[in-house]
Amino acid sequence: MKSLFEGLIGWIDARFPLMQLWNDHLAKYYAPKNFNFWYFFGSLALLVLIIQIVTGIFLTMHYKPDAELAFASLEYIRRDVPLGWLIQYMHSTGASFFFIVVYLHMFRGIMYGSFKAPRELIWLLGMFLYMTLMAEAFMGYLLPWGNMSYWGAQVIVNLFSTIPWVGPDIAIWLRGDFAISDATLTRFFALHVSAIPLALLALVALHIMALHEVGSNNPDGIEIKEHKDADGKPLDGVPFHPYYTVKDIWGSVAFLFLFALVVFFAPEMGGYFLEPDNFTPANPLLTPEHIVPVWYFTPFYSVLRAIPDPQFGALAMLLSILVLFFLPWIDRNPVRSVRYRSLLYKINLGVFVVTFAALGYLGFNPPTPLYSELALRFSEWYFLFFIALWFFSRPRRNMERLLTLVVVLGLISLYDVVRVEPGHGMLVFLGWLMPAVFVAVMVFGSGIEKLGRDLPVPDRLTG
Amino acid sequence: MKRALFLSVLCLGSAGPAFAAVGAELPGYQVVIDLNNRASLQRGAKYFVNYCMGCHSLQYSRYSRVGEDLGLDMQMVADNLIFNGRRVSERMEISMSRDDAERWFGAKPPDLSMLARRKGATYIYQYLMTFYADEDRPWGVNNWRFPFTTMPHVLWREQGLQRAEWKEADNGDGNKPVITGLMLETPGLKTPEEYERLVVDLTSFLVYVSEPARLTRESVGTWVLLFLLVLGGFAYFLKREYWKDVH
Repeated sequence: MKSLFEGLIGWIDARFPLMQLWNDHLAKYYAPKNFNFWYFFGSLALLVLIIQIVTGIFLTMHYKPDAELAFASLEYIRRDVPLGWLIQYMHSTGASFFFIVVYLHMFRGIMYGSFKAPRELIWLLGMFLYMTLMAEAFMGYLLPWGNMSYWGAQVIVNLFSTIPWVGPDIAIWLRGDFAISDATLTRFFALHVSAIPLALLALVALHIMALHEVGSNNPDGIEIKEHKDADGKPLDGVPFHPYYTVKDIWGSVAFLFLFALVVFFAPEMGGYFLEPDNFTPANPLLTPEHIVPVWYFTPFYSVLRAIPDPQFGALAMLLSILVLFFLPWIDRNPVRSVRYRSLLYKINLGVFVVTFAALGYLGFNPPTPLYSELALRFSEWYFLFFIALWFFSRPRRNMERLLTLVVVLGLISLYDVVRVEPGHGMLVFLGWLMPAVFVAVMVFGSGIEKLGRDLPVPDRLTG
Repeated sequence: MKRALFLSVLCLGSAGPAFAAVGAELPGYQVVIDLNNRASLQRGAKYFVNYCMGCHSLQYSRYSRVGEDLGLDMQMVADNLIFNGRRVSERMEISMSRDDAERWFGAKPPDLSMLARRKGATYIYQYLMTFYADEDRPWGVNNWRFPFTTMPHVLWREQGLQRAEWKEADNGDGNKPVITGLMLETPGLKTPEEYERLVVDLTSFLVYVSEPARLTRESVGTWVLLFLLVLGGFAYFLKREYWKDVH
């Protein structure tokens, strides 16, 4: 006799593809068995999204989207709403953890070549997710209506006014006013709690559907579908459920432990997650000493400030994000995983990590002459990472090497000659060595067997 | 003449915050805040309503919440912390009008409910410790931590009056006098040790009132972490059990 549960499933299955969805995405979705630490961050991003939506719903019940009331309503949540402080800190900490998790998830994709064919669409959808998340975070950051919220939004919206011809009108259109005001707050609230979360959820669904269509990549960068058993199951795969569900539960608990450490013991995270200046209400007459975005935007903020001209600065910042979209077409090397890439590639990837962290640090600090110079040089390293990726796409002839060297270093040197001011020659020259040494090592190194040659890729997973 | 006076006041008004922004930390004055010291928080609340609340509100805080958190019953709160006829369930607001405040002090004394989160405990402690006599200032006092502050030294009867000791210092851009230390010139009602304890109590209270949840969040957090530790143990062994035959 069939149990009640089986009966219910059968009843639903006759009307809705329940078991088919369950099997396609969990029980019979075969994932490579060698996922490592880096593969936790996809499911963790989903976990943080759920945390943000649930806490966000409760915050919306008490928050007042009104320039006169917003700041006070946040204090009301932290003080008078039962466990309001917990919900609010989970939401503010969740925002930062979302970016930590997403950055690690993206780095995993770069490191193991997960963006390469046939997974370009997964990468593109992921990039749209990332940009949507940036918009979500930026608009959410205005809602506490603290002074840093206000001035941060002022600076970011002003970026749009650098667009030639239509920029100032676009900025007014975005703000709904000539300055950040109540009109801006209410529309940011509407977008933050409805439009953008809907887009995020839709993109997450597409991202996962695209992934499950082609199957997961893995730390070896080898297709598991090429070796199947008699039943057509990949020899090196395991069903996502139960293997990766139990593994991700373990990862989620470990993550929640770290999350709780911040929420309960350091919700301000030394001023990085909640900035001190945001504990003053927005004040159009009182500019904070240093206007800095929250830490997850500072790498791009550094690129923006690296070029003094606001229009070119904004363009460089836009490019620094857009270039990521084109990654599948920049890096055409058939070897996916860093494990089997050349030593030079590994150096390039390492330098990129250092560069991103350095840009983040510089973006958080006031731009002294030295820091501005460093920000420019690290911005150059940032873009050189992609040029090096393109360069390593296939073995290069000597002519190509020479041409790359001349063109890249020529452009960098040309900009330095144009911008150098009396008295800063030494700083500019020392700074010039940064891209020069990098380009020279990459270009000449690629000719050396030990440095430039990729390793043989094994046929099956290594473990 | 009137115009010149107005302008100079305007300049002073804008110079104040500008100085405050660069006003340096004073390494000689350090404070350790212990929010578990309930007696200290209670004394801090008493000092605050007696000395500060004539001018400074705590607009996000309620009397009843302070009473609950500091272990005072509502009758004690009503009798000892409220002097303006408000009810214990109300917010700790003040009666001074903005117009009066601006006429008397040049600016409205700020609400202090968030001060500690914005500026930190050290700032409050240093500010209250470093008033010194300065005949050129409207209230006869200046402040080392926050030069050209517009606040009078409300606690001068308790502390007495300090005198600043100056020296010429070459900062590369000409010699400017800098303060090297403060000497107690006229003793107050309290000894320096007693006064420092008063300032620590007051600072602790302001740290508490800027984030009342802090009294409980760490102890709640400890239980949450313990729970996650146990759950993590189960989750880990469940995962290991499932994975033991995957090679």
